[in-house]
Amino acid sequence: MSAVPSTSPGAAPDASSGATASVSRNGVSRAEYCVIACAEAWRGDGEILASPMGPIPSIGARLARRTFSPELLLTDGEALLVGPDGAPEGWLPYRQHLALVAGGRRHVMMGASQIDRFGNQNISCVGDWERPTRQLLGVRGGPVNTLNNPVSYWVPRHSARVFVAKVDMIGGVGYDSAAAAGPTATRFHRIPRVVSNLGVFDFATADRSMRLASLHPGVTVEEVVAATGFELSVPDGVPYTREPSPAELRTIREDLDPEGLRDREVKG
Amino acid sequence: MGDKTMTADEAVSRLESGMTLGIGGWGSRRKPMALVRALLRTPVTDLTVVSYGGPDVGMLAAAGRIRKLVAPFATLDSIPLEPHYRAARESGSLELMEIDEAMFMWGLRAAANRLPFLPVRAGIGSDVMRVNPGLRTVTSPYEDESTGVHETFVAMPALRLDAALVHVNRADRAGNGQYLGPDPYFDDLFCEAARTAYVSCERIVDTAELTKVAPPQTLLIKRLNVSGVVEAPGGAHFTSCAPDHDRDEAFQRLYASMPWSEFAERFLAGDEQAYRTAVEAWHEEQT
Repeated sequence: MSAVPSTSPGAAPDASSGATASVSRNGVSRAEYCVIACAEAWRGDGEILASPMGPIPSIGARLARRTFSPELLLTDGEALLVGPDGAPEGWLPYRQHLALVAGGRRHVMMGASQIDRFGNQNISCVGDWERPTRQLLGVRGGPVNTLNNPVSYWVPRHSARVFVAKVDMIGGVGYDSAAAAGPTATRFHRIPRVVSNLGVFDFATADRSMRLASLHPGVTVEEVVAATGFELSVPDGVPYTREPSPAELRTIREDLDPEGLRDREVKG
Repeated sequence: MGDKTMTADEAVSRLESGMTLGIGGWGSRRKPMALVRALLRTPVTDLTVVSYGGPDVGMLAAAGRIRKLVAPFATLDSIPLEPHYRAARESGSLELMEIDEAMFMWGLRAAANRLPFLPVRAGIGSDVMRVNPGLRTVTSPYEDESTGVHETFVAMPALRLDAALVHVNRADRAGNGQYLGPDPYFDDLFCEAARTAYVSCERIVDTAELTKVAPPQTLLIKRLNVSGVVEAPGGAHFTSCAPDHDRDEAFQRLYASMPWSEFAERFLAGDEQAYRTAVEAWHEEQT
């Protein structure tokens, strides 16, 4: 593991970062930019349930609540709604969670084994569904989530095997699939963002195809394009993912993730 | 009030090959594993299994007992992918009705309410519709106030069960079942959706005991839905059964890594007591 931020100030561990190698990282690790990018997904969401899946989205959601989105609700990962200190403030067993999903007051960040240009997501299986080459989890709650409340995605290892031209099994519904299915599908459908270890992506394009919204410092456009298996919309002058504030960095490092789980999920 | 207590072997002796069997719990949480182990000791096979899948699905699939599975996922929670379920899918050895988690719940609710279907938004636009060509849609007879649209939903068919197997913390001899952990999962729905239901529990207590330390809203399952009560301490092992016991993570890792034939030979060749003895012996070897 290369990134213990305090001991490698300014280091640019990405050999491939080319033109942007001079971008100062200010001792901020890639994983910390990912935390910031995930946290930003819940900015302005108000009093809804944030459902992060995976370590970095979980740290991000808790950071958002500690800072700019204090009204967010969070669970303990099981059946309790808990405050910032971990004390229960409510009960949310699966059956109520499913009703909350349908009620829409939730923003989930799911994982994606595959995701395509229009945001269709697959965690079910790879290959032919009838007899998959690799059986994964199953669709889980992808269909109900995507049709009812905002769904963002988190991909810790951005590659052309994940960002594919066409997913093998649509669990999470993308913009093209929702449009084709009609108003029942489009009514509450929204994919605010996709965060990967390389950058942030959204669907703010005329045809609702995926767009590069920001690069994490140290990453180049070329690197992202090479790791993406479909044509990505790349605007002129892509910004960098914003810097964490000193207070945010302290919260991440000392309060939310003192053991450095984030660096196990994303290196560099 | 009849005494419905019976052994796990008596409970599963009432199951028949070809049945549709609902299994309670969720993933690797409060699964009726003692009943599943008892089922593995019978020749019952050709099952349609309806489950928020965990090692129940994995074991029955590994033993070749599942003809068709109805599930939104199969997982061991701390180990994301269920290895024997994966193997069964990758070898094409079971038929699958893959549906969303909410569709699954509404299918059970439809059955519990004796309805042929219930409308759900989930599923529209996803490949759940492609891989389940038998799923139909239903259009609302009411137009939406804001859009004027008559929305079209999945008509989730009732998931009617011949039998349900669930495991709870406490029960009385008549079949009133109590959960004491953080989540009831959907065990009451499984029992309501089934013609017959068998409830195993950590401990059978007198009816009056049930509400002595816990409030009445922990009484999840009503005796009128229960055919048999089985006292099975550790009966969810190796899945979690809070607050009686946590998941046995070390043993789950063994289950997930050991070839099935070796696992079955070492742990499942005898009765439940033999299973417990073998698990204890294995744990002692680890220390």
